[in-house]
Amino acid sequence: MDLNTLWFILVTVLFVGFFFLEGFDYGVGILLPFLGKNDNERRAVINTIGPHWDGNEVWMITAGGAMFASFPQVYATLFSGFYLALVLMLVALIMRGVAFEYRSLRDDPVWRNRWDWAIFIGSLLPALLWGVAVGNLMRGFAIDANMNYWGGLIPLLNPYSILGGLVFVTLFTTHGANFLALKLEGDLAQRAKKFGFQAWIAATVLTVLFVIWTFFETDILTKSGVNGLVPALLAAVALLAAGWYAKKDNDLLAFVMGSLTVVFATIMVFMGLFPRILISSMDAAYSLNIHNAAASPYTLKAMTIVAVIFVPIVLIYQIWTYKVFSKRIKADPKTLIY
Amino acid sequence: MNPLSLARWQFAITTIFHFFFVPLTLGLSIFVAILETKYVRTGDEMYKKMAKFWGKIFLINFAIGVVSGIVQEFQFGLNWSEYSRFMGDIFGAPLAIEALLAFYMESTFIGLWIFGWDKLSKKMHLATIWLVAIGSNISALWILIANSFMQHPEGYAIDPETGRALMSNFGALVFNPNVLLQFPHVLTAGISLAGFVVMAFSAWHLLRKHDVTFFRSSFRMAAIYALIGSVLVATIGHFQGQFLVKHQPLKMAAAEALWKTEQPAPFSIFAIIDEENRTNRVNIEIPSILSFLSYNNFTGKVEGINDLVVQAESKYGPGDYIPPVALNYWSFRTMVGAGALMIVIALLGVLWSKDQKLDDKTWFLKATMFSAILPYLAATTGWILAETGRWPWIVFGLQKVEAAVSPNVPAWNVAFSLVLMAVIYTVFTVVAYKLAVKYGTGDVAIKTEEY
Ligand code: HDD
Ligand code: HEM
Ligand code: HEM
Repeated sequence: MDLNTLWFILVTVLFVGFFFLEGFDYGVGILLPFLGKNDNERRAVINTIGPHWDGNEVWMITAGGAMFASFPQVYATLFSGFYLALVLMLVALIMRGVAFEYRSLRDDPVWRNRWDWAIFIGSLLPALLWGVAVGNLMRGFAIDANMNYWGGLIPLLNPYSILGGLVFVTLFTTHGANFLALKLEGDLAQRAKKFGFQAWIAATVLTVLFVIWTFFETDILTKSGVNGLVPALLAAVALLAAGWYAKKDNDLLAFVMGSLTVVFATIMVFMGLFPRILISSMDAAYSLNIHNAAASPYTLKAMTIVAVIFVPIVLIYQIWTYKVFSKRIKADPKTLIY
Repeated sequence: MNPLSLARWQFAITTIFHFFFVPLTLGLSIFVAILETKYVRTGDEMYKKMAKFWGKIFLINFAIGVVSGIVQEFQFGLNWSEYSRFMGDIFGAPLAIEALLAFYMESTFIGLWIFGWDKLSKKMHLATIWLVAIGSNISALWILIANSFMQHPEGYAIDPETGRALMSNFGALVFNPNVLLQFPHVLTAGISLAGFVVMAFSAWHLLRKHDVTFFRSSFRMAAIYALIGSVLVATIGHFQGQFLVKHQPLKMAAAEALWKTEQPAPFSIFAIIDEENRTNRVNIEIPSILSFLSYNNFTGKVEGINDLVVQAESKYGPGDYIPPVALNYWSFRTMVGAGALMIVIALLGVLWSKDQKLDDKTWFLKATMFSAILPYLAATTGWILAETGRWPWIVFGLQKVEAAVSPNVPAWNVAFSLVLMAVIYTVFTVVAYKLAVKYGTGDVAIKTEEY
């Protein structure tokens, strides 16, 4: 395998990690104002991701940085092209991050309520925008011969990509609810499950629509033939199983299956893109692929050495963190950490 | 305004904002780690309280450092796509390594530190704050490796086909002589700044005779910390100046408002600068000192802007090579002036905090409270000097700023995001400042329980 392919896989892995981890983070944020009826409950909900959200967000930062290092042309085209959408996402993420840390610093219901809504919007908007972005990546957008996209925001808000955004929102909400069911106790956990099941129904319906539309709108499902269909089918099976296990009150398997849905769906997208990364809708020759967008072999080699050493180390200590905080959380002021 | 100047304003605002919070993270993380080390070593509960109390200020600051950093990560794609294309082969690598080595570490272990007081053993918990401190400072190292390439490119080759810069020597990129000065300067800037912030809050409490033992002890440790930081930052800064005379002479000449070549060169302490006519209307100078600062002797020749511009034009072709002189001149003087004052204040703080002499020196305690502004001023003006003095280059000698901007982003998009960012950053700065004051002037017993 050449280094370009290896780095395409590594970037895929980073996005898989990002959507898997931030997926439930965003879901928890979206559910927060509806699920927590009083301050203790809301604190309990936040604390399920309290020690983790920042580490999870770094998956996005690393995915961005790794793309810059390995496919700098993609970094340049994508972020200058999706300018306004990215700016909105950054503002949302700023509000969300500050909210997690500042919410508890004043014992004032108005203050706390305001930050809870910041967490809600700060989680909803990035989930939606990432979905819209992925929709556009699958569909292609008007990249010119110099690798620049000039179209602005409006063409990116096409119905197909917006449906992609809604799929992301509902899928992440389900994923978040599954996570909460696993991490909370008692009545609160039951309510999380109820929300989760409703979100699951919505996610399933929207996903079916999106997959059908994808079949006609893009070449993602058909391009790599049988190979590309494998992760798609696995994602579908996992999604159905997630609902099944949620109904059966098997919290762990419901969460695992929901996670696999996110993982396989992400793999499907990247497999469908490969060897392209950004598809030009103007002319297939203008698309950015793993060769014309890549960094030099020297840089890729240096980065491979760094990644091979450090990615496993990161995985080890992040997994350890989840073990340290594996106990379920009760909405009891005596045990809650503020 | 055209997209270029809007993009420059945006970068300046978001980066200065980011670096308003960064140095406190760098310095205070180490300080809190030292406090917790003392707690674990001695078992003295006061040090645990100290770690928690100053840790709270650290966390309030850290949150904004993190969120403003996310903007930084994507800015090069947003506004500087041509730069990213030209430089990506080199510049992306340290950024990715920074994320992989440092961001994961600091963000994961800060979670463990905040939520782990009762879940981890004492030693484990201590390890987490050290890992946060090390992670933060490793992050500074890698981003400064990236910045040092822009100041003083090393370890690259130009691709003959595309005209882009390619990495040719990873070791040369990492051990860039510029970073060997810049990283210690920034690190010690952070240490001095954190020392001053802790001194300021402690002084506030000492003036009101709150928890005297606690804050006397905090004050003393912070004063020592600040003194070490300030002396080192000034010493290293001196070598940076000498490095600049060699490698970016125009930046240094602008920082001195030195239009004509002089031998020996005087050091200017106050000038009214007329950039249009390339002269200073008023200039108060101390003879020979600039020669000394540049070469450690009193007779060396320091080249002025007029001569340097001629050299630059013959080397790089016609163009505007004069950095904003007044801005650089006053930035440099602000930084150095602040640095000098900081050394004096920290030294007095160390001397007077030894016995209980501090308690009757109300005026000094008040002065210390206000002096916390000095390191902030110095750090900000330091970056303004380092970045605007590089004009017209975004990558010194290789790419000009005007060639770096995203061609496909319309001005109104940049203006929109600029306003949005400026508003949200202003609001959050005010909120962070208020919270820091609330907790920093709060009661120790209550505040450390509130975790
Ligand atoms: C000398 C130090 C320094 C400098 C010049 C910069 N940063 Fe920074 N950055 C830090 C030192 C730092 C830090 C101390 O590591 C921070 C501040 C607070 C924090 O949480 O980490 C941080 C946070 C931080 C984060 C968030 C990390 C997280 O989620 O934990 C990102 C993505 C960046 N930075 C990226 C950048 C970029 C792209 C810069 C260049 C323009 C930049 N920083 C300049
Ligand atoms: C955090 C500390 C930093 C501060 C306070 C800072 C400050 C500034 C300022 C004030 C400008 C505007 C200059 C102008 O408009 O002429 C600027 C420009 C710029 N800086 Fe920095 N900078 C910092 C770190 C960095 C780092 C680490 C990098 C790269 C790794 C960087 C890259 C740039 C770029 C790309 C520009 C745009 C070009 C320009 O406008 O001149 N800066 N910076
Ligand atoms: C007192 C004597 C000082 C001297 C002689 C000095 C010298 C310098 C010089 C020459 C530069 C420009 C380096 C370049 O462009 O490559 C610089 C940058 C800088 N200074 Fe200072 N400095 C001093 C004090 C301080 C203090 C007290 C602080 C903050 C607390 C500080 C913070 C900075 C920062 C953040 C930068 C930008 C990063 C860099 O280029 O290193 N400096 N300093």
